[in-house]
Amino acid sequence: MSTARDNDAQRRGKAPAGERVADWADSRLGIYSLAKANMRKIFPDHWSFMLGEVALYSFIIIILTGVYLTLFFHPSMSEVVYHGPYEPMQGVRMSEAFASTLDISFEVRGGLLIRQIHHWAALIFLAAMFVHMMRVFFTGAFRKPREINWLFGFLLFFLGMLTGFTGYSLPDDLLSGTGLRFIEGVFLSVPVIGTYITMFVYGGEFPGTDLIARLYPVHVLLLPGIMLGLLVAHLILVFYHKHTQYPGAGKTNKNVVGMPLLPVYMAKAGGFFFLVFAVIAVLSAIATINPIWTIGPYRPDQVSTGAQPDWYMGFAEGLVRVMPGWEINIWGHTLVLGVFIPIVLFPVVLLAMGVYPFIESWITGDKREHHILDRPRNAPTRTAFGVAWLTAYFVMLVGGGNDLWATHFHLSINSITWFVRIGFFLGPVLAFIATRRICLGLQRRDRDKVLHGRETGIIKRLPHGEFVEVHEPLSQEQLHTLTQHEQPKPYEVGPEVDENGVARKIKGSQKLRAKLSKSYYGEQAQIPKPTREEYQEITSGHGHH
Amino acid sequence: MKKLSARRRHPLAALVVLLFALAVTGGLYAAFSPSEAKADDSSAQSLAIEEGKKLYAVGCASCHGTGGQGSSDGPSLVGVGSAAVDFQVGTGRMPAQQPGAQMPKKKKVYTDAEIEQLSAYIASLGAGPSTPTKSQYDIEGADVAKGGELFRTNCAQCHNFAGKGGALTNGKYAPALDDVSPKHLYEAMQTGPQNMPSFPDTTLPEKNKQDIIAYLDTVNSDKSKTPGGLELGGLGPVSEGLFAWVFGMGALIVLTIWVAARTAKAKKS
Amino acid sequence: MSSHEIPEADELPEKRESAEGAVQVSEDPFADPGMPPHEHRKQDIDERAAQRSERTVALLFTSSMVATIAFIAAYVAIPVDKYIYVFPIGHISALNFALGLTLGVALFGIGAGAVHWARTLMSDVEIADERHPIEASPEVKAKVMEDFRAGAAESGFGRRKLARNTLFGALALVPLSGLVLLRDLGPMPGTKLRHTKWAKGKLLMNQNTMQPLRPEDIIVGSLTPALPEGLEEDQHDFQTEIAKAALMLVRLQPENIKDKRELEWSHDGIVAFSKICTHVGCPINLYEQQTHHVLCPCHQSTFDLSDGGRVIFGPAGHALPQLRITVNDEGYLEAMGDFSEPVGPAFWERG
Repeated sequence: MSTARDNDAQRRGKAPAGERVADWADSRLGIYSLAKANMRKIFPDHWSFMLGEVALYSFIIIILTGVYLTLFFHPSMSEVVYHGPYEPMQGVRMSEAFASTLDISFEVRGGLLIRQIHHWAALIFLAAMFVHMMRVFFTGAFRKPREINWLFGFLLFFLGMLTGFTGYSLPDDLLSGTGLRFIEGVFLSVPVIGTYITMFVYGGEFPGTDLIARLYPVHVLLLPGIMLGLLVAHLILVFYHKHTQYPGAGKTNKNVVGMPLLPVYMAKAGGFFFLVFAVIAVLSAIATINPIWTIGPYRPDQVSTGAQPDWYMGFAEGLVRVMPGWEINIWGHTLVLGVFIPIVLFPVVLLAMGVYPFIESWITGDKREHHILDRPRNAPTRTAFGVAWLTAYFVMLVGGGNDLWATHFHLSINSITWFVRIGFFLGPVLAFIATRRICLGLQRRDRDKVLHGRETGIIKRLPHGEFVEVHEPLSQEQLHTLTQHEQPKPYEVGPEVDENGVARKIKGSQKLRAKLSKSYYGEQAQIPKPTREEYQEITSGHGHH
Repeated sequence: MKKLSARRRHPLAALVVLLFALAVTGGLYAAFSPSEAKADDSSAQSLAIEEGKKLYAVGCASCHGTGGQGSSDGPSLVGVGSAAVDFQVGTGRMPAQQPGAQMPKKKKVYTDAEIEQLSAYIASLGAGPSTPTKSQYDIEGADVAKGGELFRTNCAQCHNFAGKGGALTNGKYAPALDDVSPKHLYEAMQTGPQNMPSFPDTTLPEKNKQDIIAYLDTVNSDKSKTPGGLELGGLGPVSEGLFAWVFGMGALIVLTIWVAARTAKAKKS
Repeated sequence: MSSHEIPEADELPEKRESAEGAVQVSEDPFADPGMPPHEHRKQDIDERAAQRSERTVALLFTSSMVATIAFIAAYVAIPVDKYIYVFPIGHISALNFALGLTLGVALFGIGAGAVHWARTLMSDVEIADERHPIEASPEVKAKVMEDFRAGAAESGFGRRKLARNTLFGALALVPLSGLVLLRDLGPMPGTKLRHTKWAKGKLLMNQNTMQPLRPEDIIVGSLTPALPEGLEEDQHDFQTEIAKAALMLVRLQPENIKDKRELEWSHDGIVAFSKICTHVGCPINLYEQQTHHVLCPCHQSTFDLSDGGRVIFGPAGHALPQLRITVNDEGYLEAMGDFSEPVGPAFWERG
């Protein structure tokens, strides 16, 4: 060490300034070791790997614009009479929160733009997380060692919904106030302690005068703070695990093929931040979001039709809308199942996605690390489950907007509600069956392609008059890509009796696992991929086709 | 001319010709169709009623009964007043084309003079709200902000905060108020057409109605200001979410593809 | 490579030489041929093409600079209340439009320039980086376990049970202080949810005019929002009170009222129902005068006002509360008491 320090001292005089700063930082923070591991970190190129970046960047945009908005927003429910420039509100009584949002929109130069960027970015943030999560799900990127990172991502999605909802509520407009009234009903529906929760959250009866001031720190500090922590952890794990990659020539489970962080990804990812910001800025220049000036200030006795939350809460809204009005009265108490069941169902349905990696690894018994992504068709049961889940989700989104579907497609709102009630149960089942069949069909096609080559569309007439389509053999790269996946055998509980003929004790959970495993890997769930022998037999014959 | 003949065989040529032909036909029809008969101001009220009765017998009696007493196909018109007739017939809702959950707005069938005659006849059957005069729905000097508050208390629940309409039960709906004339807005409030409740002067005075009309004129007409940009239908979060997904995520996914795509390789050989 | 083997047992990826790959083909047609050789882009071999790319990148960066200057100019020059008509969009704020577009261009210029630079001028040679298993080696694990055992033994955590258990007790109790502190977030519910501003003798005020209502003001088929006398917009608890007291008045033909109690509580066909939905409390006055149904715009609960406010569709669990009304000596409508049941959403103690 001493010699190193000497060298260091000798060089100090002539080293360039940048290096001297880096030296200074390294001797206090150890940045060189950090940079050694990460500066030339390899990232594979694929568009679907950038969806998470869209989410990351929109989060940063939300924070930047959010800080700006806090400079002008007054989180207060004190009542004021508006005398600002927006004529249709002059003389109207409103909360300070609403009035300051009007000020941001009409008096602060650029305030409207920043408000719109903030809100559009929030919608995009949730949408990008959703798409990113689905990419990870359908390619099996959540498998070991990335299950914990999947959970972090899932939590980010869930907290993102809560943060979005609290932010949507802050301007205290007629639409968001109606949402808060709905939340009051939700709290009231909680058995035993419902009324207490309501009084404590609202500081008395709805709407009270405290709520906006209470939501404000939750929206600007508590939730984003937790999310920032999770986000950093999420990114550290992405670096630590190194990125997954799609199968292909030269790509194995023990390497990662791509381009280095410095310079290519520095430039691409850095540049992409500006592109995302640009798209959202243009969106905010041309399209209004949440025009609170036409929606009006909140009054508990006023309402507008088309009362909906932002899209990411549409799923919960749908559940609440299509639920039958069950209410049980016993021994002087009321169980408000019509509200409580959908509100419990909402996180439970989401959680089915959240815990999926653990369920799959238990069923398959697969304990190895996976860094090569699955093609969705090669995991038919998982893909079918995902599509079934998405179906349930989108059926409920339709339910959440049933009134607008009714007016825009000239349907009866009651029929749509019934359609959603049935579709929520039937849709996923049909989607599951159909998806699995499609996956198997695609597997068969892959098998045909490997064994018989690509259909070229060229028709050739043989000397004896027969017409055949010319099939072009695949390159070795393609052959490898189509055959590299594993086809595991289902887990079995083993013989029912041990070697002495005594009945073995087999736990129910084991039986269940074997059954599920069979549905994952059984004969009905995968088309055997072509073997080398089959391939050689066909290709050595030549002339065929 | 050469250019024209070259483009004659353009795939869209037929469409252009068709549109042109349609425009010409429509224009000719408009030019030559019988112009509105101007009712003589001095003509006796009874004459109008008489004319209205004839029109009624031909166009309305089959559903509303020969004397306006109503039938299983249409409600009684006794006491609905001339304002109701002016609204229903003036917005083309009546005569109805086919039974349904609700009679939609369409192109009106009768001329203004005929509508006046029909109104006079129906008004003669029983007292009811009469067609408002211009001063009644004049929005000069109306309080727009008060109109907004009244709109949110009385109207927005069905017609949406910006008057974009909304769904009711079993296929019924509250229509959008985008291009409804002040007179028809006034009449609708006064008479409560179809399933809409009425807001008579006793509970919503004339001044309040003017305020509401003025508010709609400010926020829901083709000169309304939408400072933030596209209104997206004024329907709230559903259309905003759709827009964010289709255009926001759409554009971003196109960009991800560009960023991640391989750069074209130099052609070999 | 057999198909049932784990891909981890794969050969090294560095076989870039096509000759080696060719050998593989004869053995196993499905074997990984290794990374394909790098192909040059035009910019890699043609300096003129590279210079063109550089100029494009520079142009993008420059356009960003211009756009930023335009942004500042727009901020200074365009008044905040200036409106312009832009064809498909409408009458929009000139400032919002100008700032948004210039900001968009300024950001896009930087982003597109950087990405174009990376795509055309930076090396596009793909590199393979090795992965290492995340699990620690058995030696490391053994060392950690040993250290932990030593540490645990030295602490006496297992042996000094009294100290340990009292520590657990203390740690379990201390958060209670935090919990107790939350008590003053709000009052106890008490019977607050059971009472509204309505009381015997309170006049029904027309919310539009703030004048007391007479029965003859309300005609069949009309809808009137009403407030209890004495509740004014500028009172500090107005919002909280109106959240429970909001009322809607409709008039039916008395023979159309199917429910006996509803008829009894009405006056001459005028019925007064709570405007607060019994599902989650949205104001519910989407009144259809021909069917006598009211619909909630939030979750589509539908109530029949001619049948005691009964629920006929949707997620609401019980009927809409009715206010009993009559006419006083001066001919004004007045309440005969508070609602007989809590208005709005149901709750545990409602019964």
